[in-house]
Amino acid sequence: MKVLIPSPLRSYTGRAWVEAEGATLGELLADLDRRYPGIRFRMIDEQDRMRRHVRFFVNGDATFDLGQAVRPTDEVCIVQALSGG
Amino acid sequence: MATSPRSAAVRRGNAVKAARRSPAAKTTRRIAVLVATRKGAWIFRSDPSRRSWRADGPHFLGHVIHHLVLDPRDGRTLLAAAKTGHLGPTIFRSTDLGKTWKEAKQPPAFTKKPDGSGRSVDHTFWLTPGHASEPGAWYAGTSPQGLFRSDDGGVTWSSASPINDDPQYIEWMGTAQDGTPDGPKLHSIIVDPRDPKHLYFAMSSGGVHESTDGGQTFRLLIDGLEVVEGFSRDVPTFHDPHCVRLCPGNPDRLYQQNHCGIYRIDRPSSTWARIGKAMPKKVGDVGFTMVVHPRDDDVAWVLPMDGTSVWPRTSVAGAPAVYTTRNGGRTWQRQAEGLPPQQAWWTVKRQAMSRDARDPVGLYFGTTSGELWMSRDEGGRWNCIARHLPEIYAVEAAELA
Repeated sequence: MKVLIPSPLRSYTGRAWVEAEGATLGELLADLDRRYPGIRFRMIDEQDRMRRHVRFFVNGDATFDLGQAVRPTDEVCIVQALSGG
Repeated sequence: MATSPRSAAVRRGNAVKAARRSPAAKTTRRIAVLVATRKGAWIFRSDPSRRSWRADGPHFLGHVIHHLVLDPRDGRTLLAAAKTGHLGPTIFRSTDLGKTWKEAKQPPAFTKKPDGSGRSVDHTFWLTPGHASEPGAWYAGTSPQGLFRSDDGGVTWSSASPINDDPQYIEWMGTAQDGTPDGPKLHSIIVDPRDPKHLYFAMSSGGVHESTDGGQTFRLLIDGLEVVEGFSRDVPTFHDPHCVRLCPGNPDRLYQQNHCGIYRIDRPSSTWARIGKAMPKKVGDVGFTMVVHPRDDDVAWVLPMDGTSVWPRTSVAGAPAVYTTRNGGRTWQRQAEGLPPQQAWWTVKRQAMSRDARDPVGLYFGTTSGELWMSRDEGGRWNCIARHLPEIYAVEAAELA
C-alpha cells in the first residue's frame, strides 16, 4: 500500500511516497523498517508505544493502535505533530 | 579497585610525580572543538596556534544534539547523540571526521516489558569512549537514566549494566519530576585509565556510583555530598551531581560540581569534601560544569551560576567568570578577562566546558546564548570564537588524527 513519509523521515526513504506491506499498521511499520533500516525506532519506542509527536492516519482517520487492520488499497499517512519551537 | 589503601596511596603519589614531570604531549595535531547544540552540531578547527578557527557546519541542522565526541583512540571516529522534536533518539557515527555520517543500527533502548511498565529512551545525553585497551568500546548515558555500551564503535548498543532494570536503581532514579526540565539524566560516565572495569557515573537525580567489575554491580559514592535543605542525604534520589571529572594526572582524584556545591575526593576515601566553601561568598559554589587539568591534579576550573532564590541559573550578577583553583580547592581565583563585564545573563551547561591537553592548557566553553569562548592560557584571557549559534549543550575539545 501507499505510505506518505513525513519530511523528518525522508532521509531514510529518499522520497515522500513509498510502498510497504502488512495486514496491520504494526506489520506495515515492520516492513518499512526492513526496507529502510532504523526508521521504525524513530516513530515507535522500545515499548511499542507511538512517539509523542508522530501521528498515523489510515485513509484520513487517525489511529493510535498498531494492531489496526490495513488493506492493500489503504493509504497510510505518517505525520509529524507539533513539537515546539 | 581491589587494592589496599597503602598501595593506592603509593601508586597515586607515583602517578602525580610522573604527571608533574612529564611535559605536555609535543604534538602538531590540530585541535577541533566539537559543539553540540539544540539545533545541530558544529566542528571548529584551529590552526596550530589555536588563534584562528574555522566553522564546519551545521551538521544535522534542526536535530537536537546532546553530545558530539571524538574517539581519542583513533582521532577520527565521531559519535553524535541525536534526536529531533518529532522523532525518537538515535546515534550517528562518522569515521571521516564528519564528512559522512551513518546511523547506528541499534541505538540505546531499554528492555521491552510485556506488562507495559517498561521505560523508553527519550534521548542519549552523554557519550564516553571506552578504555584505551578496548578499541570500539563506548558508553552512553540516557534520559531517563540508563547505562549502555557498544563494542563495535557505536553501531549496535545494548544495556551495559543490570542497573537499567534493577528496581532499587529505578527507585533511586526517581520520577521525571526528580530530573532536569529536559528529563532525568545519566551522565559523567568515567572509565579509570588504569582499569577498564573501574567505572563511575552520575545521575541527575540519583547520585554518584562506582563499579569495579565492569558495570555488573555498582555501589553508591555519595558520602559527604550535601542535598537541598530539608531532604535526607541518605536518599540517593535527592542527590544531584551536575558534573564529575577524573584527573588524568592522578586517577585517584575526582572533582565534582554538584547542585549543592563543589567537591573533591581522593580515593580510596569514599567521602567527598566540599572545596567550594572556599569560593567567594557573593559568588557561591553552584554551577553545572567543571574541568580538570590534564596533568596537574591540583588544578581545576568551574563556571559558577546564580543558585539563589528561584535559581535563575544565569551567570552571577550578569558578569560571567570562570574560577580556578591551583591547590586542589583550598583557594580560588576569578578569571574573567575578556568576558563581558555586565549584562551577560547566559548559562554554561554541564557538558559545555572542556579543555585540550596542550601546555598551556586551552579552555573552551559554550553558552546557552550560542557563544563559543576559549582561552589559550588556562583562563588568563578569554576570546569569543563564535556567536549566534543555537543554544549550546556540549563542547568537547579533541585532537584530530
